[in-house]
Formats: sequence, C-alpha cells, structure tokens
Amino acid sequence: MANPVLQVENLVKRYGEVEAVRGVSFSVEKGEVFGLLGPNGAGKTSTVEIMEGLRTLDSGRVSVCGLDPQRNPNEVKNEIGATLQATSLPDKLRVNEAIRLFAGFYKRRRNPDELLKRFGLEEKRGAFYNQLSGGQKQRLALAMALVNDPQVLFFDEPTAGLDPQVRREIYAIIEELKREKKTIVLTTHYIEEAERLCDRVAIVDHGKVIAQGTPRELKQRSGDATRVEVRLARPESIGALKNLDGVVDAREVDSAYVLHCPRPAPSIVSLVKHLEAGGNELISLEIAAPSLEDVFIELTGRRLRD
Amino acid sequence: MKNIWTLAAIRIRMTLRNKAFLFFSLIMPMSFFFLYSSVFARGIPADVAKRMGPVISLTVMGTFWGLSATIVMWREQGILRRFRLAPLSAGDMLASSILANFALIVPTVFLELLLARVVYHVPTLGNLLSVCALSIVGIVSFGALGLIVASVTNTMQETQVINQILWFALLFFSGATFPLYWLPRAVQGVALFLPATYLVLGLQRAMVDASTLWDLRIELTSLVSWAVLAFFVASQLFRWEPEAKLPRNAKLWALATIFPFLILGIWENKYGTLRQTSAAMELSKPAAAQQSTTQH
Repeated sequence: MANPVLQVENLVKRYGEVEAVRGVSFSVEKGEVFGLLGPNGAGKTSTVEIMEGLRTLDSGRVSVCGLDPQRNPNEVKNEIGATLQATSLPDKLRVNEAIRLFAGFYKRRRNPDELLKRFGLEEKRGAFYNQLSGGQKQRLALAMALVNDPQVLFFDEPTAGLDPQVRREIYAIIEELKREKKTIVLTTHYIEEAERLCDRVAIVDHGKVIAQGTPRELKQRSGDATRVEVRLARPESIGALKNLDGVVDAREVDSAYVLHCPRPAPSIVSLVKHLEAGGNELISLEIAAPSLEDVFIELTGRRLRD
Repeated sequence: MKNIWTLAAIRIRMTLRNKAFLFFSLIMPMSFFFLYSSVFARGIPADVAKRMGPVISLTVMGTFWGLSATIVMWREQGILRRFRLAPLSAGDMLASSILANFALIVPTVFLELLLARVVYHVPTLGNLLSVCALSIVGIVSFGALGLIVASVTNTMQETQVINQILWFALLFFSGATFPLYWLPRAVQGVALFLPATYLVLGLQRAMVDASTLWDLRIELTSLVSWAVLAFFVASQLFRWEPEAKLPRNAKLWALATIFPFLILGIWENKYGTLRQTSAAMELSKPAAAQQSTTQH
C-alpha cells in the first residue's frame, strides 16, 4: 500500500494479567472501509480505542493520519470522528445542543443544521437526549462523529442492540459515507454487516488477527463451499461425515454438524442415505451460501457469536 | 479557555432544567436562611447579621455534593467517555464544573443577602467586598472539594456515603449549625482543622465586624491554597472511564490537599485567637444569640 491513513504494527494491550490484544497488525488506505470482525472480547474495541487515543498501548506502533495517538492525542482527535460502545449523553441535553456543543470543540467544523437534516434529526432537534429512541440516539452519535469533518471515522459496533429496521438505516448511512470516500474502521460481530459494508476485513479472535482480506478473498479460503448445517438425533462420527459425497469439511459446532460442500444436493442425498443405514435421524437441516462465519468456524472451530 | 466557557454554559443550561437543582440550590438554602433568621435569630436584625455567616457558608459548602455526584454519574453512564473523544483535557472538564457551579450558586448568595436587608432589615452587610470575596473563594474551594470526592470514588453509592460523612462534619463541627464557642473544647480543636470553620467565622467577621480583606487574609489565603491544591490533585486523578482504576496513592493525595488547613489548625490550636473571636461574636450585643448562650 502506498500511503496508508492508518497503520497498526504488532499492537499489544494488557489489562493486568489479561492480554487483550496480542500483536495485531493491519493498515487502512484512504477511502477504504475496513472491518474488524470478531466475537465479543476479541480485542476489537481495545484496538480501535488505542487508535482513537483513548487507551495506552503496551507495545507496538500505531499511526493515524501520520500522527501518533499516544504522543499527540488531541491532534489525532481533531482528525477523527467516532462512535463508541457503552456511551451516552446527559439526559437534559437537546439534540441540536449536542451537535453544536461538540462542534465547538474542534478547529474544523461542519454546519450543525446540515448534519441534523442529513441524519433525519431535524424534527427532533429540540428533544432531550433521554426522549430519543435507540435508533435516533445512534443516528445522533453518527452525526456527532462528523461534526469536525474528520478524515477517518471509527464506528465501534454501530448497530449492536438495534432492531433490524434501524440497523438497515445505519447501513444506509455508512454506505453513503463510503460513497463519499471516507476512510472508515468498523468493528462488528455481525457477519452481514462486515460483508455488506467492508472493502476489507480482519477477522480477530483472542486478540489476534487470524485472517485478513476482502470478504470475497476470505470466503474463497473455505473453497466457496456451501454450508450445510444439520442436527441429528444421535451423535455421528466426523470421519464418516467427511467421507460423504462432495463434503470437503465437516465439524461439530454447538452440538450441530457443519458440512462444507461445493455442490450441496449430492452431499445431502449421501447424508440421508448414511443416516438411514445407521438408524440415525435428521432433526433439522439448513443450507447457507458461504459466508465469513464459515471462515471463522474453519479457523477457530467456533461460531462468531459464541 | 474557550472549551471551558462552552462546557460551563451548557452545564448551567442543563442544571437549570433539573428540578433537583431547584431544591438543593434554592429551596434548601432558603429554608436554612429563614430557619436561622426567624427561629435562631428571632428576626432581630443584629442577630440575623450574625447568622448570615453560617447561612451563606451552608449555601456555599453544599455545592460540593452536586458537583461530585454529577461527575461520578457522568463517568458511570459513559458520558465522560464521549467527551473524551473530543480534544478536551481533564482540566477543561473540571474547570467548567467549577465555573458552572459558581454561576449557579452566586445568585442564591446574593438573594440571601438581599432578603436579609429587605425582609429582616439588617442595618448593614458589613464589609461587602470581604463578604463577596469569601463567598467567591468559598464556592470555588468547596467545588474543588467536590472534584476531589469524585476523583477518589468509583460509584454513585460510594460518592453519596462520602458526601454524607463530609456534610455531617461540615454541618456540625464548623460552627455552621452550633457556633464554635458552644462546642466542647476538644471538638473546637478538631473544628480548627476544618476549612468550613474559617469560612463561617470569616463571613461572620466580614458581616458583623466589617473585617477587611487584609483582616481576613489568613482565611482567604488558606481557602485559595486549598482550592488550588485540590484542583491540581483532582485533575491528576481524573478518570474518564468507569472501569479506570484508581492509582494506588490516590486517596493519600486526596487527603494531602487538606495540608493548608492542617498547618493552620495546628497553629490555631496552639497560638490562635479564633476561639476567642467566636466567643466574642456570640457574646456581643444583647440579642437572641446571647440569651441562648446564657441558657446554654
């Protein structure tokens, strides 16, 4: 990469005895949407908060817009915008006051009225923060992240806990920012979010990046095979399942069996015959197109939501 | 400096929208004012003047409570984390708290002085410059006490317990409720280590004896040094995150802010005349306070 806007090299962060981030490295180019995908506790938030200048690092190197967040936190804060997990605003702060207040802290600022309009908060401009719905609060958080017209945006789990409709609204906002060529770092544990929004994804688990690439590249790792997930009446040997027609991989995940097969139909027929021969029964069967979840299962043997 | 003004302005606006503020910053101080003036001083103007020191002190001292509670609540709710994303310093947050607190309390102090003149016909407010200076310094220094409490407590529950203990001590051992002269000698000894004692007596001297700024230089200097020290320590111990751990020596640093009054307390206990000043104040002029003292 020629001139990455963000660079993270061998980042390590410890909380007492616990090593939350264990040698994470990646870089993000200008105008790219980069996703950190992983389960809760994988070290995504710690990584992002170090880049935002909110946490100190134990070792490694981080550069944001050519600045070191450890040495120049305020300069970095002037160049970035962010939404955080587990944050709030005072109950008695009005929507338009929040935007204007935060805009007032920066050297460069956008027109607050324009932001309210863009994020559909015009009607709520006089509402107190505690009168907003979850979706409105998140839209306000996104609007506030843009008050200083930042070069880089960090969205930490932007849709966590939101209902599907609101989630789609947030996706549309992020897609619009993507079209404007904003550099965005997004943390998520939603596969759909990472696949839909990110140009590149780093899959993070136990503080390490275990795979990195475009969603397409990552899915190709698992041979672009369809996932067939079955629940059986009695346990079955993994070896036997791997020997079924067309099955390239079989694993037991959460008392279900996940089979990867490039052509699912012959594999399912083969599975049913095998079960009948052994007197076993099929309780449920799900077929899904290959996703980043399969990559995660392949690499860790666990589901992302575990 | 711009950030401090911006933050203070919005905090004032938000506080004024809070009904609890109305109670703690207006109704409660006014209740103290009328209780002291009508009951303790029996509405006698000269005695009301004497009681204005404790009344203003109670108004000023109570500010530490709301200030510490707001900071801890904001930390617990993750509000401070959001502010931390902006290019703001701990000093900006703390100074804006003090400034907002100051702007919100000053009108109550002036209202008390005005009511003393208008309702109870207090003939003179003594040395008004000294009264104002002590009130201003008092608001800032007890605000700084609130910052210290917020810096060493982790939860609202813990903050409220510490606040109650402090409030109890300030209320009963400083001369704000019972004049210093009335307290047993051992308790007087302890009271001489409390910043509130100097505020109460300083205000009384300014109002009753028209003491000048020079006469009150010890009270003013020690309150100012306490405020500066407390602000500095609070800014060093400031935590934006609810999960941020308190440094090992934090509580010792917090206690160390009382240093100016430790020195003053030792000196007053050994060589000072504050006990006599309090006695003279209570025994001066034939009035309700004197009658109470005689009965006591």
